[in-house]
Amino acid sequence: MAKLNINGKVKDVKVEGDTPLLWVLREQVGLTGTKYGCGVAQCGSCSVHINGELRRSCSVPLDSVKATDKIVTIEGLSAKSSHPVQQAWLELDVPQCGYCQSGQIMAAAALLKKNPNPSDKDIDEAMTNICRCGTYQRVRAGVHLAAKKLASGAPANRKNKAQA
Amino acid sequence: MTKIIKDKATNLSRRQFIVSTAMAGSGLALGFNLPFATAATKRTAVPGTEVNAWVVVNPDNTCKIRIARSEMGQGTETGLAQLVAEELECGWSNVTTDFITAGQNLSRKRVWGEMGTGGSRGIRTSEDYVRRGAAAARIMLMQAAADQWQVPVGELTVADGVITHAASKRKTTYGKVAAAAAKLTPPDQKSIKLKDPRDWKIAGKPMKRLDTAEKLNGDLVYAIDLQLPGMLNAAIKQCPVFRSKLVSFDEAKIASMPGVKRALKVNDYAVAVVADTWWHAKKALDALPIVWDEAENGTRSTATIAEQMMDGINAPTAYAFRTEGDAPKAIAAAAKKVEATYSTPFLAHATMEPMNCTVKFSGDRVEAWASTQNAEATLAALSEEAGLPLDKCEVYKHVLGGGFGRRGGNQDYTRQATAIAKQFPGVPVKLIWSREEDMTHDFYRPISMCKLSAGLDESGNVVGMHLRVSGQSINAQVNPASIKNGADARQLQGYAKEPGDAQLGYEFPNLLIEYSMRNTHVPVGPWRGVNTNQNGVYMECFVEELARAAGKDSLEFRRAMMSKFPKHLAVLNAAAEKGDWGKPLPAGVHRGIAQFMGYGSYSAATAEVSVGADGKLKVHRLVLALNCGHAVNPDQIAAQVEGSVAYGLTAALYGELNVDKGRIVEDNFHTYKIMRLAEMPKVETVIVPTYDFWGGVGEPTICVVTPSVLNAIYAATGKPVRSLPLKNAKFV
Repeated sequence: MAKLNINGKVKDVKVEGDTPLLWVLREQVGLTGTKYGCGVAQCGSCSVHINGELRRSCSVPLDSVKATDKIVTIEGLSAKSSHPVQQAWLELDVPQCGYCQSGQIMAAAALLKKNPNPSDKDIDEAMTNICRCGTYQRVRAGVHLAAKKLASGAPANRKNKAQA
Repeated sequence: MTKIIKDKATNLSRRQFIVSTAMAGSGLALGFNLPFATAATKRTAVPGTEVNAWVVVNPDNTCKIRIARSEMGQGTETGLAQLVAEELECGWSNVTTDFITAGQNLSRKRVWGEMGTGGSRGIRTSEDYVRRGAAAARIMLMQAAADQWQVPVGELTVADGVITHAASKRKTTYGKVAAAAAKLTPPDQKSIKLKDPRDWKIAGKPMKRLDTAEKLNGDLVYAIDLQLPGMLNAAIKQCPVFRSKLVSFDEAKIASMPGVKRALKVNDYAVAVVADTWWHAKKALDALPIVWDEAENGTRSTATIAEQMMDGINAPTAYAFRTEGDAPKAIAAAAKKVEATYSTPFLAHATMEPMNCTVKFSGDRVEAWASTQNAEATLAALSEEAGLPLDKCEVYKHVLGGGFGRRGGNQDYTRQATAIAKQFPGVPVKLIWSREEDMTHDFYRPISMCKLSAGLDESGNVVGMHLRVSGQSINAQVNPASIKNGADARQLQGYAKEPGDAQLGYEFPNLLIEYSMRNTHVPVGPWRGVNTNQNGVYMECFVEELARAAGKDSLEFRRAMMSKFPKHLAVLNAAAEKGDWGKPLPAGVHRGIAQFMGYGSYSAATAEVSVGADGKLKVHRLVLALNCGHAVNPDQIAAQVEGSVAYGLTAALYGELNVDKGRIVEDNFHTYKIMRLAEMPKVETVIVPTYDFWGGVGEPTICVVTPSVLNAIYAATGKPVRSLPLKNAKFV
């Protein structure tokens, strides 16, 4: 039995300690917005935030996560898709099939938290998630637009009420 | 945990509702992919009225538009809805969509037509009947209002689902007259006059996609995300050597591992472990001792396959697809002779969502929840594998996490899930392939090689062209009866004489185009753009070699051979103009150009690249011109063009699958590298529709991506690249 703090709520999970966090989220907690793409930390579809840091959850074993660690998944990034990244993605119709976009959005949100006005080079270095539909051009535009929204006062990381 | 169960229950109730609706045979097709996650307020508890198969009108005046084709990111759902809304005059903000199921289509005598979504046909081969269906619904709705007011229907006008009789200043809505409209005799659809596309207000405009909101917050349930009560999960391992067999496995070794229910044979070539969760199933499968019979296929390798391709190049005879004049003779007598041999490797689709399918077998009925480009092919596979008639089967289609041709006719994953679920009657079983399984058991883009020879006269004009493709045939696998004596025109896609789907846009005074079919044990299938990818490289890179041998400008050399192909020429000119052909470039940057045709649309591109002193390649900019006839949603067309650049360029830069001991070597993204954002060039899309035909969008432009880049590299280095991928090429 392990206790996890996911999107501001405490969850008890009963599964082996070597289970990747990805599969804990998907199969034990029922949060399927975080996707399986490769299982070897290559594609980034499984990206989540742990204590504000971007992590590829397919390669984070459950027993490496402490009960006090704050895990945020795509479902908990914001209330009503209000995060500037989600708003920018909506405005530019970034997703195609959408499967990798949870990871793209989590990566973009983590980038903007550290660097609210990233250059193209910063985006090149930070956004390494794979997209097979080829939304990269719009992902880049989306990060810039989100940065603009952020500068004009939109909340960068609105927390769930329970998370505060 | 309570919350989780509740979440699952919520998911379920939605599905049960739909299943029961479908089973009751109701005319209402209540699909289970709710297109507006954020527009829940628009949904109404009161069921709407079906005016006809395409349109359901709700009392609140919103309209549900039925969609038969699959949505895999290409935007067809939105595009089809635009076409329907345009003729229906219901107003774009009133539109919602529903995906029909394969069982519903079957039970209503395929009133929704073809569900298969491949070959870039989603819009171009259904635009006519969906628009007529929508117009028929509009006519019936207006007639119902006219009947109610007892005025001639010609005195009524409609906008945004509101019908007005100006003379009496009366207004009503589609929502109010739908029930009466549904009782009217439908008009003869063939006699309906459709709108002139130049008058379109919704179609032809860059409307926002209908499905973006649910892709931003984890709401959208892909097939891989499905959760049903009591569900079991399965992981599968297929014989690593294609077309070989399973001998045995030692279930006792994993029986006590957490969550494991059973290990079982799947058909004669695979073994699956079924467990409570997929992670448990996968872990146990990894630990399961398995014995395979690899037979002779276990000796095949990249080298033996290359010999097969070369054999086809050197064979004394081949299938002659086009023989015009005497090309070998003209080449032999030419002032200058140019010759080159090109090759392209096997490629995987690598959809981001790995293959998966959930099946529930209940003895006399079977249901599948699938990610499929062809729900009817899924239904057929389900029926065959379950041993039940089609009307006892149903397929619930999910939005696909990528398709690219992998999830069409080849329903291997559906068959496997059905075979497994049959062993657990009444229990839904979800089969998920690992990425490794997905990459090593694909239906790959076929390998091929191409030898080209041409003769130039003293003025640098082509007097003869001889092209021979040697390679694996897709139809030999999917439709062998269509090939007689090696005559497989599909492998020569893009070289056709006839106008239509994939016409070669050059005139050569003497021309010989041949195909040597050389099939391997590796399964092949359609891959975004299919054979236009390789054939575009062969023709367009060789034409570049000829232009240089003739000492002519790449654009002018092409134009001189295109006077009889005005549509090809027009997109080439558009790409050249918008791509600044002939204008100065920054130091070290070089330009290439290409044009080709596929899927009924005309494409051309210019590419700008640089090759550093260290040999490092950088692709800076691509300008692509496309004539797809009608442009239903210009912004989504641009998205498809951008996507074709990423998919095509990934293949050009990195795409390569090797065969060793009969199996695919590259098994995940660390060895099968995919282009990342940092490598994405700036893409500019130039749409030049001529409004006199309907062409495809998802696939056409990919065929000019690689040749335009390779031709720019030629300009940069002075040497042609004749073998892909570029990661193996040395530029210094």
